[in-house]
Amino acid sequence: MDYIKAFVIGGLFCVVAQILIDKTKLTPARILVSYVVAGVILGAIGVYQPLVDFAGAGATVPLTGFGNLLAKGVHKAVTEQGLLGAVTGGITAAAAGITAAIFFGFLIALIFKPKEKS
Amino acid sequence: MPTRTGRYTLILNSCPSVVGFAAVASKKEAEGPLARCFDIVNEDCTFGESTWEKAESRMQQVVVGKALEKAQLSSTDLDYVFAGDLLNQCTGSAYGLRDLGVPFLGVYGACSTMAESLMLASLFVETGCASRAAAVTSSHFCSAEKQYRYPLEYGGLRPPSSQWTVTGAGAAIVGQSDAAPYIRAVTAGRIEDLGIKDANNMGAAMAPAAASTIKQFLEDTQTQPSDYDLILTGDLGQIGSDILYDLLRRENIEIAKNHSDCGLLIFDREKQDVHAGGSGCGCSASVLCSYILSRIRDGELKNVLFIATGALLSPTSVQQGQSIPGIAHLVHISNTK
Amino acid sequence: MSLTPNEYEQLNKKYSPSSKTWKNCAMAFLVGGLICTLGQAIMNISSSLGLSVDESGAAVSISLIFIAALLTGLNVFDNIAKVGGAGALVPITGFSNSIVAPALEFKSEGYVLGLGAKMFVIAGPVLVYGITVSVVYGIILYLFHIV
Repeated sequence: MDYIKAFVIGGLFCVVAQILIDKTKLTPARILVSYVVAGVILGAIGVYQPLVDFAGAGATVPLTGFGNLLAKGVHKAVTEQGLLGAVTGGITAAAAGITAAIFFGFLIALIFKPKEKS
Repeated sequence: MPTRTGRYTLILNSCPSVVGFAAVASKKEAEGPLARCFDIVNEDCTFGESTWEKAESRMQQVVVGKALEKAQLSSTDLDYVFAGDLLNQCTGSAYGLRDLGVPFLGVYGACSTMAESLMLASLFVETGCASRAAAVTSSHFCSAEKQYRYPLEYGGLRPPSSQWTVTGAGAAIVGQSDAAPYIRAVTAGRIEDLGIKDANNMGAAMAPAAASTIKQFLEDTQTQPSDYDLILTGDLGQIGSDILYDLLRRENIEIAKNHSDCGLLIFDREKQDVHAGGSGCGCSASVLCSYILSRIRDGELKNVLFIATGALLSPTSVQQGQSIPGIAHLVHISNTK
Repeated sequence: MSLTPNEYEQLNKKYSPSSKTWKNCAMAFLVGGLICTLGQAIMNISSSLGLSVDESGAAVSISLIFIAALLTGLNVFDNIAKVGGAGALVPITGFSNSIVAPALEFKSEGYVLGLGAKMFVIAGPVLVYGITVSVVYGIILYLFHIV
């Protein structure tokens, strides 16, 4: 059941983005920015977490989940540390994703070469 | 000396001849309908170089060498070379022709560069400024993607109106000779901009320029589209070609019957998944300097209007929200003097 | 040409094919759904190994980012994205791809100003706007004593 929920909700997030790409002239980069910002806002107003509880990876894996993680981290840090938490909370919570992307990105770029498309 | 006829058309009275021509292409082009026409096909689009930019320069070097060889000339027989490409500061040509040892005039007309350089080379020969001059143009899919769009491995989507940059180069050597093909007339185009801002729809951005230049030439020379076997545009692709027919019909000019587009000739649009067709200045260069010029030489085509079209944008101008200016230059190439 | 930009835009629309939205959406749903399902599998495995919910979430991110980075290096990811469209881009795999692709491409301009500097040309805005909005959220939380 976990898997079906993750599949459907995760799939739906992608369908919305696909419609935005096809129907508007928004570039993929703009869509990704919108998704993260939307994730932060939805997380801030408390709408996103119930979706995470329901769909698991279906809600955390899309980039909105990354935004939600930032909001969640800020919320926790502000509760514990006050104003300083507004600055430290987001990246602390998202550290795994950001650092992994930089580290693996660096490694892969060192090893491989770009190739023509067919 | 050339004679100006009408408003912007120059008739080349001595009818300079294309004494040698060659085209280079890569794997994807060689899987298309014109596979057998190219002189040199490199299965590996690096052309043995370590970067895409060096690969593009290598193509220019190789294509000039091949054209000279076919004309049984050496670089010392050339008085000038006109060359261009799509890379920043035209480094594709500058680095590619660095060792040629011929006075070099770099030209930029985006994808209209083949017509622009051929026009200038022909005029230099016509006026006696040169006894032989070369026109060279190239584009490379990978270097163009890197500069204008996204890194190759990025999974960005290509909309249906987008076109596929041809990895290819063409060179034409112009001189006085009694063998076809002959350059009979040239018309330089004006910049036309009807407000298209979508850099993924170059055909639509360039079609007004093509229509304007074709109309100008027909008016100047008082001829009809039916006087020509082939009206060949550079890289309008499917969308640009359809718009071109529509625009010219509004002026009571019907070209659909004898029109063709290099971007539609070089690839099989459906099978090769190139969306609206091929593009890039190597597209018209490699098609003209192989399939088209050899058919004119052999008399299969008698009179051809070659109109290479260019979109004069930069990544910066697009990001700043500016519309895309189009340009089209025309060269009338004939089998007879 | 005696057309206004507006008239020309109409003409352009008439001849421009529209995207095959239905097919694209179906593929985006399928590919995006599968990536999230894979994420769920990693999450379940992590929890069964005794990781907390937050730790499992981090394990999912790290694993998917690694897989996408590797597939990008192997020249496979762009082919998946060609089929899956937004289905490959919207999950965190797309974030990973958008970091690795420019790093690979611009390696030819050196390890510092090429690989290092260009790594964030596409993904940078995601971090800039995500983090900025989250800080604003934190300040609002603090000022209005919501917590």
